[in-house]
Amino acid sequence: MSFSLFFEGLLQTLYMVGVSTVLAYLIGLPLGVLLTVTGRNGLMPHRLLNVVLGFVINILRSIPFVILLVALIPFTRFIVGTSLGSTATIVPLVIGSAPFVARMVESSLKEVDSGVVEAARSMGASNFQIICKVLIPEAKPQLLLGSAIAAVTILGYSTMAGFVGGGGLGTIAINYGYHRYDTETMLITVALLVVIVQIIQEAGLRLVNRIDKRKRNT
Amino acid sequence: MDEIIKIENLKKSFGSLTVLDGVSLSIGRGEIFGVIGLSGAGKSTLIRCINRLEKPDGGRIVVDGQDLALLSPSELQRARRKMGMIFQQFNLLSQRTVLKNVRFPLELEGISRESANARARELLELVGLSDKENAYPALLSGGQQQRVAIARALATNPQVLLCDEATSALDQRTTRQILDLLQSINRRFNITIVIITHEMRVIETVCGRVAIIHESRIAEEGAVAELFKQPKTAAARELILPAANPLSAPLSNSCVRLVFDGTQTERPIVSEMVLCCGAPVNILFADTKQIEGRTFGQLLLQLPDDPQAQAAAKNYLVQNEIHFIEEVAV
Repeated sequence: MSFSLFFEGLLQTLYMVGVSTVLAYLIGLPLGVLLTVTGRNGLMPHRLLNVVLGFVINILRSIPFVILLVALIPFTRFIVGTSLGSTATIVPLVIGSAPFVARMVESSLKEVDSGVVEAARSMGASNFQIICKVLIPEAKPQLLLGSAIAAVTILGYSTMAGFVGGGGLGTIAINYGYHRYDTETMLITVALLVVIVQIIQEAGLRLVNRIDKRKRNT
Repeated sequence: MDEIIKIENLKKSFGSLTVLDGVSLSIGRGEIFGVIGLSGAGKSTLIRCINRLEKPDGGRIVVDGQDLALLSPSELQRARRKMGMIFQQFNLLSQRTVLKNVRFPLELEGISRESANARARELLELVGLSDKENAYPALLSGGQQQRVAIARALATNPQVLLCDEATSALDQRTTRQILDLLQSINRRFNITIVIITHEMRVIETVCGRVAIIHESRIAEEGAVAELFKQPKTAAARELILPAANPLSAPLSNSCVRLVFDGTQTERPIVSEMVLCCGAPVNILFADTKQIEGRTFGQLLLQLPDDPQAQAAAKNYLVQNEIHFIEEVAV
């Protein structure tokens, strides 16, 4: 047990969580937009597409992450070449969290005042312009808050990946704490995780408070 | 009349609920036209059909010679830029500054940032908010927010400004200021303004002509002053007399409504009438209104029950050419 062990684990965890969150948004954001605009009161209601997409997302969200992690091993090997290590873990992390991100994005976009969307339509905005210039910018504070929640969820998932050699703090906690009954090491990793969660959440909240212009006290 | 908006036999239902049932209207270029009705009468749906935010089920709407139903989606977007719209809840973009809100419709058109900013500043000066260009909407009062919304609606130089209950969320004084602003915009740029409201005072203050919408149909239409002097329908009378209408209480059937248009101010009419019929009359209600710059007064009188005295009183009014309407207790 040494400092460099924790440091390396920490870096791996941050790498996995950071890259996975970005990739999960690259997939989840368009899906969330699609869910919103094809919904009943959306810009382009499309019942079939909405129902099918919602159904697929619900299925992916109902599979416990540990099971998804194991089930995706062949797919991960195909994509990355191995199923071990932090880069390989990004694959199940993205697939497991993108549907969750899509739902978070959907609920953020649905919060946007329909009157503002209507005003944009009255000004001759196209649907694409409404998405890019009204829905997403107006929902920005909620979207950012959602991304902090998503990052924390992905952090939790990444530690589960420790069971299958996923690398990062999760692997340390399982290898030392669980397999070797090294309680101290386990406690340190847990403490590090607590600190990361606090930082992500607090940074998210502060950022949102700074950019949200709806409050009178900014 | 050079008409800019023509609505023919407009129909719209939501499910089994009929909201517009064969509405026809003609709005002239450069006028301020009011549509008044109680909530649920269909007036909001009507104005939303004019720029096709709502798709009508039947009928035709022609704006400036263009039948909106025949346009492709991109042509409709261009047509909408010729019509500004303001709303009850202002509907400003909360995450954009005042300047960026006003600039928004120009951004949609792809106009360069410099010329869009210049135009937006020009409009902010017009609505008297030049000092607020970097403020966010949440920091503005309701009246200021509506001014920003007006500036935004005018950014694309529209020919028509649609106002959907634009003053209903504002207090009386702010309402007056917004109405004055709309009037000056109408005079300066000859923009046709269509105002939807449930408040008669909004109509009286700025509108030249008005249509009363009642139970999904146009009940009455005409010059505001004419409608005030001689309302033909129950719906019109209900709007002219205040909500606490004394006529809604079961009184005798001997009430008359006298309307003065400011030309007979020297004569003590009520006193003369009392002397003439030899019996007292009961004043139920009185007020004055400004319509198109002229002062109108109305007086609701309960005449004596005695038929002879009643006839004498009415005779006095007829002989002296005082405009009156016999009101029937509801």
